[in-house]
Amino acid sequence: MESVVDIVLLSFLCITVVAIVYIRKLFCAIMLLGIFSLLSASLFVTMDAVDVAFTEAAVGTGISSILLLSALALTHTREQRPPHQPYIALLVVVVTGAVLIYGTMDLPRFGDPNSPIHRHVAVRYIADSPHEVGPPNIVTSVLASYRGYDTLGETVVIFTAGIALVGLLGFRRRQEFKVRLYQPMDKKTSYAENSTEDGDEFEDNIKLPGANHMVLRIVGKMFIPLILLFALYVQFHGDYGPGGGFQAGVIFASGIILYALIFDVETAMRVITPKGLRLLAVAGVFIYGGVGLVCMFLGGNFLDYNVLSAHPLHGQHLGIFLIELGVGINVFAIMVIMFYTFANRKRGSV
Amino acid sequence: MDLNIFGNILDILTALFLTAGCFLGISGGIGLYRLPDFFTRQHASGITDSACSFAILFALMLQSGFTMVTIKLFFILIFLIITSTTATHALAKTALFKGQKPLLGREDNH
Repeated sequence: MESVVDIVLLSFLCITVVAIVYIRKLFCAIMLLGIFSLLSASLFVTMDAVDVAFTEAAVGTGISSILLLSALALTHTREQRPPHQPYIALLVVVVTGAVLIYGTMDLPRFGDPNSPIHRHVAVRYIADSPHEVGPPNIVTSVLASYRGYDTLGETVVIFTAGIALVGLLGFRRRQEFKVRLYQPMDKKTSYAENSTEDGDEFEDNIKLPGANHMVLRIVGKMFIPLILLFALYVQFHGDYGPGGGFQAGVIFASGIILYALIFDVETAMRVITPKGLRLLAVAGVFIYGGVGLVCMFLGGNFLDYNVLSAHPLHGQHLGIFLIELGVGINVFAIMVIMFYTFANRKRGSV
Repeated sequence: MDLNIFGNILDILTALFLTAGCFLGISGGIGLYRLPDFFTRQHASGITDSACSFAILFALMLQSGFTMVTIKLFFILIFLIITSTTATHALAKTALFKGQKPLLGREDNH
């Protein structure tokens, strides 16, 4: 039964990829990319990799679709035809693909207990992580404790991406921002009361996303707190179930982005200011690195949480809690910064 | 014995709801492909979003019994009831205000 599910999901995956390659409308391509991520997330679930599936669903389907769409608002919505026939590119792709398929011949079969990956360090993780690190979710202990360096690297990569984007596109000048800030709010909401057939009135309203969507606003108000609450649950429950800093940061950010989409970016910027976000992004990385440094000052190795408390397990617990918090804050801040940066630029101003 | 009959009834109900859900999902897919204009397609996809997923989730809740899973499924159900209907509404409204006209009657002029 499981193999049937696998075959169906994998064939859908292939169809989606072919469609993404062929389609020229970038909007459709972004939607298909979202579907692709959702299908891969389902595949991860069938492989029992729920943490990875959760990340894929939150990042691939959720936030990257929004970020790509807001990037699309700056460019053309159709992919341009290349000026020449891309035969060389096709050759390169075919050769690379053939090499990759040849490479899979040597890989061990899926789920083979004798494959190196199951005999190297995994044995120790499974056997010793409950009394070495503590959390019931082994993925969390591997990610945050055994492989703390790698996770620090990932956090810094996200941070760097955010810095690079802000450096390339930048925030809008503050002067312009202030002018829009103090516009009277009544005009935006007036559409619901006097829903006239008047074209001009409508034109005035259409500029503001979500201004005439009363239902959307109410549902947004109902659900955004719940989304933020769920993000906190994912953040602090990561030791026990699937979840952790990355997913929580992304979910929290998507709550804020939803707010920005429904109630206008300027309104969201008054709640979460760009300056505060930049501070938060730095603070996230700082918390992570700081925990490592504190460990060194207390006489351990970098990111060796055992020394953080009298009892090694408590130290591990505290260390994992703190670095997950750092990851969550950093990811949240960078994601919202990316959205703000894209949303603040007008079409064609790149 | 009584419990067994109760379990059987639950199984039958589950099967009914799953079948209904699958039927609605497939018909929604066919509708999305076959129907003529944006709003009717929206109707088809709205059925898949709402009735189909509600039926399947309800069937799963029947199977999971009085456990934590049921409560989580219930939350997902509530979430879907509100969000997917809202999404359908928002899409249709945006399309209408962006100038999409609903197709009224048969389109014989092509």
